Amino acid sequence: MLNFDPEKLKKDFPIFNQEINGRPLIYLDNGATTQKPNQVINEIRRYNETSHGNPHRGAHQLSIRATEEYDNAKEKVKSFINAKSIEEIIFTRNTTESLNLIAYSYGMEFIKENDEIVIAISEHHSNIIPWQKVAKDKNAILKYMYLDEEGRIPIDEIESKITSKTKLVSIAHMSNVLGTIHPIREIIERAHELGAVVVVDGAQSTPHIKVDVQDLNADFYVFSGHKMLAPMGIGVLYGKKELLENMPPFLTGGDMIEYVYEQDATFAPLPFKFEAGTQNVEGAIGLGAAIDYLQSVGLNEIEKYEKFLVEYALNKILDIPYVNIQGPKDLSMRGGIISFTIDDVHPHDISTILDSYGVAVRAGHHCAQPLMRYLELPATARASFYLYNTKEDIDQFIEGIKNVRKWLGYGS
Amino acid sequence: MDLNSIYTQLIMEHNKSGHNKRALCNPDVCERGHNPSCGDDITLELKLNGNIIEDASFEGVGCAISQASTSMMIDLIKGKTVDEALEMVEKFLGMIKKEITDEKELEKLGDSIVLQNISNMPARVKCAVLSWHTLKEAVS
Ligand SMILES: Cc1ncc(COP(=O)(O)O)c(C=O)c1O
Ligand SMILES: [Zn+2]
Repeated sequence: MLNFDPEKLKKDFPIFNQEINGRPLIYLDNGATTQKPNQVINEIRRYNETSHGNPHRGAHQLSIRATEEYDNAKEKVKSFINAKSIEEIIFTRNTTESLNLIAYSYGMEFIKENDEIVIAISEHHSNIIPWQKVAKDKNAILKYMYLDEEGRIPIDEIESKITSKTKLVSIAHMSNVLGTIHPIREIIERAHELGAVVVVDGAQSTPHIKVDVQDLNADFYVFSGHKMLAPMGIGVLYGKKELLENMPPFLTGGDMIEYVYEQDATFAPLPFKFEAGTQNVEGAIGLGAAIDYLQSVGLNEIEKYEKFLVEYALNKILDIPYVNIQGPKDLSMRGGIISFTIDDVHPHDISTILDSYGVAVRAGHHCAQPLMRYLELPATARASFYLYNTKEDIDQFIEGIKNVRKWLGYGS
Repeated sequence: MDLNSIYTQLIMEHNKSGHNKRALCNPDVCERGHNPSCGDDITLELKLNGNIIEDASFEGVGCAISQASTSMMIDLIKGKTVDEALEMVEKFLGMIKKEITDEKELEKLGDSIVLQNISNMPARVKCAVLSWHTLKEAVS
């Protein structure tokens, strides 16, 4: 039994008070970005109406209030992922910036010639290209872990790719294309035994499953606010304090300094050392409010509910002979993402046709071209769920799918 | 948006028929065009005789709009001079941008005129213009 009513919860999200093509909006592109509840929208408004100032820069009331609110938001993020202290929480713009920060600061400092960096073939471009850059600049080697036919990383692949030469492993907790939840606990254990650090791309996992960075023992964990009900332009980098302390700054300038001389400067302590320039304070406030909202529902409840939705959808889809599903069949290994193709129909056309039924899905390579090449697929369509989706949304989605081929002149 | 105005009979036929989807032997020009954001990926092949496009074909993958648009374009440019083909490119792009609306002027575009409505669907414009941009790259 669920302890929340998705139908009622949906009413918190004003975006659903509209129709698309004369039908209720059914939003199944949550892997790309999520919608905002009134609680988040109103909290940002309240901040702007009462407390907006530049934090850490003034002794006047507004600056003091903005500082308090900003730090308070950081405190919420800390508890949300169970970091040890707010010194380990750095605000960025998004997952991409967090990964770049790690690559440029940690990677360029500590990766040396012939060292190996290991990632999975299923990574998002933002967890590939920064490592290509580090590998090229440092003459290091970028290695890939490949997937089995159900989109999982086999244990022997982990053992053969992560070796004593490995200095860094960077891996998505959940694949944004296949929905696979990767065995990051095993990957982290293996990497640590061999002295490598592990970066976890939590863009798709943090919004949907309970994340405990200490329990996982991740060295770095990164995610984006906009995929978890918060605004765009606010992201998080978690890093273990002892690692962050030894890393050089990434961006430099105001707010990240201690003393500045004509030719030299000393840097502020954590986490400010990595937060150069005026930050996205209202984004941080919005993220804090989104975390409150998610916690009021409960991450375990959200995960359970999304599993129910995926199972409900998969059972219906598997009955349709011309629809092909990517990713694991075992529900315990996947999150609320279904990538699929339809015989004879390009995913672009699927997306356009479903849109006319009011159903928003994404089509394309999902910023994972190496994976698509590996799967030998030019593109897929992807439906991704969140807590405000309902059984009826899925019924409408399936109804749309059943009509797709007809529009292109194929009998069903 | 009305799907009927996008997925017309003609587009379906061109998408399915594949009469222009083949490899030419010894093409004089091979030009690849793709829309990285969505996965349309075509290679246009031309056989030239002096200034005349003697034969044309394409290979690759893509959505119904990109495939049909390519096929219709090939029907149109075969036997034309390079300059005539380039003129058609400008006409087609003008139609999509809604800069050219005169029926008489658009007549020269043959079947391709059915793609006129795609301008109401910004997400799919790239699919329709892919082959035309590729042709322009190939011959200029
Ligand atoms: C697994 C994964 N990593 C990274 C990203 C990049 O996130 P952002 O665009 O917010 O930086 C995404 C978002 O699409 C993602 O799904
Ligand atoms: Zn297309």
